[in-house]
Amino acid sequence: MSEVTYLEAIRQAMWDEMERDERVVLLGEDVGLYGGAFKVTAGFVEKFGTQRIIDTPISEEGFTGVAIGAAFNGLRPIVEFQFIDFIANAFNMITNFAAKSRYRWGAGVPIVMRGPTGGGVRAGPFHSQNPEMHFVHTPGIKVVVPATVADARGLMKSAIRDEDPVLYLEHKKLYRHIKVAAEELEGQEELVPIGKAAIRRRGKHIVVITYGAMLYTALEAAEVLAGESIELEVIDLRSLVPLDKECILEAVGRINKVILLHEDTRTGGMAGEIAAIIVEEAFDDLDGPILRVTAPDTPVPFAASLEDAFIPQVEDVVRAARELSAY
Amino acid sequence: MTDIIMPQMGESIAEGTVTKWYKKVGDHVERDEPLLEISTDKVDTEIPAPVAGILSAIKVQEGETVEINTVIGVIGGEVQKEEAPAAPSGEAESTPASGATQPIPRVTADPTPASPEPEASEPGLRSSPLVRKMAREHGLDLSQLTGTGRGGRVTKHDIENFLASPSAAEATPVAPVAPTPAATPPTPAATPPPAEAASPATPPPLPPAPTASPPPLPPSPAASPPPASQGRDKVEPMSKMRKSIAEHMLISRQTSAHVTTVFEADVSRIVALRNEAKPIFERDGVRLTYTPFFVAAVLRALKTFPLLNASIDGDKIVYHRDHNIGIAVALEGGLIVPVIHDADEKSFLGLARAVNDVGERARTKKLMPAEVQGGTFTLTNPGPFGGLFGTPIINQPQVAILGIGGIHKRPVVVNDGIAVRSMVYLALSFDHRLIDGALGDQFMADVKRRLEGWDEKIL
Repeated sequence: MSEVTYLEAIRQAMWDEMERDERVVLLGEDVGLYGGAFKVTAGFVEKFGTQRIIDTPISEEGFTGVAIGAAFNGLRPIVEFQFIDFIANAFNMITNFAAKSRYRWGAGVPIVMRGPTGGGVRAGPFHSQNPEMHFVHTPGIKVVVPATVADARGLMKSAIRDEDPVLYLEHKKLYRHIKVAAEELEGQEELVPIGKAAIRRRGKHIVVITYGAMLYTALEAAEVLAGESIELEVIDLRSLVPLDKECILEAVGRINKVILLHEDTRTGGMAGEIAAIIVEEAFDDLDGPILRVTAPDTPVPFAASLEDAFIPQVEDVVRAARELSAY
Repeated sequence: MTDIIMPQMGESIAEGTVTKWYKKVGDHVERDEPLLEISTDKVDTEIPAPVAGILSAIKVQEGETVEINTVIGVIGGEVQKEEAPAAPSGEAESTPASGATQPIPRVTADPTPASPEPEASEPGLRSSPLVRKMAREHGLDLSQLTGTGRGGRVTKHDIENFLASPSAAEATPVAPVAPTPAATPPTPAATPPPAEAASPATPPPLPPAPTASPPPLPPSPAASPPPASQGRDKVEPMSKMRKSIAEHMLISRQTSAHVTTVFEADVSRIVALRNEAKPIFERDGVRLTYTPFFVAAVLRALKTFPLLNASIDGDKIVYHRDHNIGIAVALEGGLIVPVIHDADEKSFLGLARAVNDVGERARTKKLMPAEVQGGTFTLTNPGPFGGLFGTPIINQPQVAILGIGGIHKRPVVVNDGIAVRSMVYLALSFDHRLIDGALGDQFMADVKRRLEGWDEKIL
């Protein structure tokens, strides 16, 4: 029985879309001959040729700008950042150009910007970051964060077909750890809509709202707490922009206690934004304080012990849930 | 001083009803803060304050219906003391305890006031926003409850336990607030093309408001001779939706010269195809019905006979380039016609999806105003209760509507033998002002031919 990994799903989605639509091209450092630093694009240049699989110099601002220009001229480029940390170098192109073109001229920029995010693999402060909030804060960019194999495929396909820039954040720790049987993937929808959250576990005492690799931390915590008669519901946001407020508010209306969980650092994180929405729009539904479980406000540490202390762990979620349950 | 006016929430909307004021005269409002709630034929919506200031007058009370662009309140200037007392009979009475927050309308079973807000009487009592809401809804005094949360806090659980206990039965029940009616079917775009835009001062961007008078109303009931109700009859006001349907039906009858032609089609092939494709579509999460087949056949025929996809504007014929297909959906106490825009640009799967989607959202009242507007041709389905066919009324300003009867197996003559075939009656009502009988029948023959000889791939 063959299995499909999270990485393979990303790869397959890009492959399918390149076969389906010849306007789709791929740019980035070492994406061609070398097949990408994580081998996401292995075999692509042999299949699609150097016209469509373009190895670029080490200049994120340069190749992102090229991709935007190509998009203006009718192509639908996918830009790979070797590590998402390097997206900082393309910040100006993305925030001042890609994000604003539709507002300025009605010109959509159908590009997908993708790259490996997150920590937990001992890669240190420059290869482990979660930069989503820079872009969540910039109107004009959609931000998706797949956590499952089916979503890795479905959100990539939707992102490529979207008429506006989409930041597609893939968690490097999930690449080869998360897999499903090929047949199971077969039955799932191929295009996952951008902007729709998914409820991954039903519960009635506390709802944990999270995204990305933290989904698995939340699910494990739910297992632990099930033994203590605390039933967690787990929502996987899947998209940060647009945000599925409807799903969040519906769950808060039912469950009344909320934990917000993310791997990103605390201040100005997604949790704060969601907490504000809940307090503004569902104040009367709250039966306790909204708790955040997040990384602290520091760079990602290199030392294994420190990195583990930095990234939210199952015990952190369990502790918060017990506290909230007793409130 | 800034007037608050009744905005126009859609191209054919002539009036709106104030359903709730969130503020009292004398209250301060921020710009864009929700000020009141209105209900129109198409949507219920909140109206934000156009400017910041003191709400100095409320000119239209809750429950009253006025034409669009009517001044319904004023922000700024002198506070007008003669604020009408609360609202009409048996409705909303605001609770003073919560100060500046929005008044909570209550309908109490008996005239004795509900118990005072617990947080006012028990300053030290700890609870949560949810618990206070639940207490309000159930008319509970929180001080009667024992809190089991941290520091004796009253929790949701405590309320649930209390409500389940016998002592709860003594608590004063407070009836829930009556739900406001939601989406209602489209009213006709009437005759006048939008004249000059009277730009209203309210914030949401609105389509140009026709300065012309609202659509012609049916003759006043005084004209009808016998009295409608007698002694023991129960009389109740029509819902907004009912009123709107009533007006629309009458206007359509008065506008168009209705003629109905009925055809019979053999859809055995489509029945077989649908049974075969159903499980495959299900894998894509689409429940395959017959409707998309009829929509697809009609779309092709409309392209051959564009006069059926037209409107009349005075003495001019308007040929619509868009093919926006309305699908009549029955609702409890009424019906609504959501529109699939640019239906001709969709794949078969896309059509099937769209048909289910608008149907589902029509039933759950989640349609946007734009989704019940702009139709160029309508399908309706009088079949589900066993009717053979109906003679539908045209959805103005369109010129034709197709009624699809139930699909039934019938013995029919095929090559001088008798065969059992799946048959359907199709009834087309068309506007004889524009479409003559011959054209109507040619159109129907085309639809029939396409249904019977279905040769399109649907997968």
